[in-house]
Amino acid sequence: MTSTSEASTGSSWEELVTTALLGTDRRTPPGSVPGRDAPVALLDAAAVETVRRRAGIRPVRAAARPEPVAPDRRPPLPPAATRRLATMLADRPGTGGGRRGAAPDLMELLPQWLALANAYGYAAPPQALPALLDAARGRTDLRPAALTFAGTRALWLARLNTDWRFALRAVPGGGAALPGPDEPERVQRLWQEGLFAERVALLTAIRARDAASARELLASTWPTERAEDRLMFLDTLRTGLGARDEPFLETALADRSRNVRATAAELLSALPDSALAGRMAKRATTCVAVDHTAGAPTLVVEAPHECDPGMERDGVLPKAPSGRGERSWWLGQLVEAAPLGAWSRRFGGRTPEEIVALPVADDWRGELHGAWCRAAVRQRNPGWSRALLGAPSTPEAGGPGAVSLAERAKLLAMLEDGERAGWVAGFIATHGLSEAFQLLGVCAVPWAPPLGRAVVDALNIARDAGSYPWSFSGVMGLAERCLDPVEVVRLEPLTATPEDAEDSAPGAGGYWAEAFQRLTTTLRLRATMQGELAPPP
Amino acid sequence: MTQQGVRWTAEQVLALAPDATSRKAGSKLGAAGPWSEAGTSDEGTVWGLCRGSGSKPYQTVIDVADSTGPAYKCSCPSRKFPCKHALGLLLLWAGGDAAVPPGQAPDWAEQWLAGRRSRAAERTTRTDAASGATSADPEAARRRAERRADRITAGATELEQRLTDLLRGGLAAAEQAGYGLWEETAARMVDAQAPGLAARVRELGAIPGSGPGWPVRLLEECALLHLLDRGWLRREQLPDGLAATVRSRVGLPGSPDGPPVRDRWLALAQYDTSDSRLTTRRIWLHGAESGRTALLLSYGAAGRAPELSLPVGLAFEAEVSAYPGAGQLRAALGERFTAPEPTALRPPGLTSAEAAARYGEALRDDPWLDAYPVTLARVLPIPDGDSWQLADADSDLALPITPAARSRPGLWRLVALSGGTPVTVFGECGHRGFTPLTAWAEGTEETSVAAGQAAALC
Repeated sequence: MTSTSEASTGSSWEELVTTALLGTDRRTPPGSVPGRDAPVALLDAAAVETVRRRAGIRPVRAAARPEPVAPDRRPPLPPAATRRLATMLADRPGTGGGRRGAAPDLMELLPQWLALANAYGYAAPPQALPALLDAARGRTDLRPAALTFAGTRALWLARLNTDWRFALRAVPGGGAALPGPDEPERVQRLWQEGLFAERVALLTAIRARDAASARELLASTWPTERAEDRLMFLDTLRTGLGARDEPFLETALADRSRNVRATAAELLSALPDSALAGRMAKRATTCVAVDHTAGAPTLVVEAPHECDPGMERDGVLPKAPSGRGERSWWLGQLVEAAPLGAWSRRFGGRTPEEIVALPVADDWRGELHGAWCRAAVRQRNPGWSRALLGAPSTPEAGGPGAVSLAERAKLLAMLEDGERAGWVAGFIATHGLSEAFQLLGVCAVPWAPPLGRAVVDALNIARDAGSYPWSFSGVMGLAERCLDPVEVVRLEPLTATPEDAEDSAPGAGGYWAEAFQRLTTTLRLRATMQGELAPPP
Repeated sequence: MTQQGVRWTAEQVLALAPDATSRKAGSKLGAAGPWSEAGTSDEGTVWGLCRGSGSKPYQTVIDVADSTGPAYKCSCPSRKFPCKHALGLLLLWAGGDAAVPPGQAPDWAEQWLAGRRSRAAERTTRTDAASGATSADPEAARRRAERRADRITAGATELEQRLTDLLRGGLAAAEQAGYGLWEETAARMVDAQAPGLAARVRELGAIPGSGPGWPVRLLEECALLHLLDRGWLRREQLPDGLAATVRSRVGLPGSPDGPPVRDRWLALAQYDTSDSRLTTRRIWLHGAESGRTALLLSYGAAGRAPELSLPVGLAFEAEVSAYPGAGQLRAALGERFTAPEPTALRPPGLTSAEAAARYGEALRDDPWLDAYPVTLARVLPIPDGDSWQLADADSDLALPITPAARSRPGLWRLVALSGGTPVTVFGECGHRGFTPLTAWAEGTEETSVAAGQAAALC
């Protein structure tokens, strides 16, 4: 602040400070006699001046004001939910640690809370934004939902605080509004002159709204782009990929960069009617045939003997990773890129189930089924995914069969929510929980009733078997977040501490009771949170 | 005393926590899961059973509306106060009727309450008797006071000597002398039973390392210390009010002697400062009828939260009595007549020029005052280079925000609340700038901000 009396008394104050710095032995204070009393005279004068300066304090001139934030038109969060949010954000991780006990982990519920708040379309309470931004800064997985909820006010804040700059980067065009479809000059200028991240954001935004003009924009500068940029730009074509992209992708097959060629080939193979898919179908189907000479029809495989330039041009990588045979490596890539529909035609109109059920000669089964799995995921084909998954209760489904758990999880993701949950429930009922974690991760939240019941039953069985609950802590944690809160009534009997059975681990019963208590507590809390977020009738 | 419909907010509950660990543990227990038979009465009692690791649940009961602040009782073995169960139960209660419905207190809670009430009644009688006892020997008390005054006088005289020595040799030499000189002098002032002087001396020691402009700050503080010494040595010649201010600044304990003022008091702000030995809690109140601003101080030994806690933004009816001293805002909380409840009450707001003038006027009564509590109306926080200002929405004047407040997360809550539009801010305005403590959004229909919700910034 400035002092009113600065002008009139500034000089005498300056002199007092100078005298005080040097000492009265070296300099006599203004308007006083030298000698023993000089320090007192100096202090007296300084006291008067200090109080006078402070009493005369005046405001300073205001600096440039920031643009006011645009009003948030979303409805405000209900008061109870506002309080809940504050509590969750106050529960920052990193402190304490150790055994979790029976209390819920609030921070783990924040993603779900945010998703629900966003589904209702609420505006975030302004005073909660700093804590929300701090939380999103520490956890990248929270960012999309947290920033959606935080809204434009958070971006306004992020421009004022470098700690929150991530918010501007995370939102496409958060730094500066992206040009709209009615501003072709601005689009061109940003595409020509923008930073790489801005150009990706621009291309992504245009692709989402008009696939063709994004492709045209990309084609206009394609030959001059750097190889790693071409790769990133090509990736944006995954959104709304269609037959009209084929000519462009065909030219990219001749690209100088091998990674660009491989990506173009992958995208083309996901278009079953593309010329590349046709070429791959031809190559792949010549390698596999039905042998009727044996008692039952059997698939016989004759893997390619060479990787010719045509194959290489269509994205087949000629060099196998160490430990893999070249011919099986080539076969796998051909089958993966061939449209799945080609196999029914090749094998006399058999359904995917019938094809998958055919025996395969000479140990080629794993290779062939693995490649079909990748093809089913790449081409997003539920029929083939279903066939390759098979019945969840078959003994093979649980063990290391032709299809790994990771591949199963990917195949499951191709199915409808209900079918997916039903399959995993069946899997858990047959094989228990030890292998189920990855599969549960792809199921829709909250879990469908049969799935939730299968998980709770399996946990109960694990408890009766006498093991410790932390062997299942991953599934427990998922259950806390994903189980439907209505299941809480079914869990109630499990929260009591049982007598330790003779053959069970010491104290396990108590730990299980605690784990189930935490599960029920968390489910109740989730139900409460949902209630708090529900808009008033 | 009615308690109906009045529940605290989660922030207000968490402000009671003695430390961060308790906050965290308490907020985890603020869910319905482990609680059973929870309830609350019209008299402001909250109770519940919390399932812990043992077979018997803990019995937790809180008297929210006690006249000396919330009182807690929990059967858990924790030595934290309040324990996590009490915090959890209060959070649950803050959440609403569903988890903690109104009802009749169970026997175990009722027993504790009855015990408290009879003890409180006893205490009142005893205090009355005790005050009678003190006055029975005024002669001994007078002699004690005289002895202490003599020691302070010796201390002040010695301090004067040290200040004049310092000014004779020059402040530039003080930079080399380092902190030890001041620490030793502060210890001498503690011996002289003048804690007020000791604290000021200790602060002097930190100034030479405090960056550009330190000689000016050191001269200012030396001069004010000199003024205080002189005031003490000549206190007989001072007007009564100023003499009382000098006594309290030197560190003599006073007792509230003003007439009790009954009013509806809005809790404006509550914040703690602590050193290794002591936590000091400051609570600012605004009286609806009297228009007075009052400061309540409460202390806690290291690691313990001060006992008094008032939810910011809520108002309650109570009596407060002022401490002696001209212009002194410190007061003591007397009897409370109602529990804190939501209110639309706001202190009248000033412009930044009026706020600066208010501080200047307050210096007339107490020249040692660093800052004065004011409410600014229609101001907005704006960045000013590396620092921040609070600027009037309707003029081009602004108050700089104090360096200490700039580094606190509360500043960002204020900025977020404002969003570049005017807000009402309560805080302390002084020669180092403005420290924002509480803010209220203006709340228009087009913004989503709930009008009038107080946001604590400290």
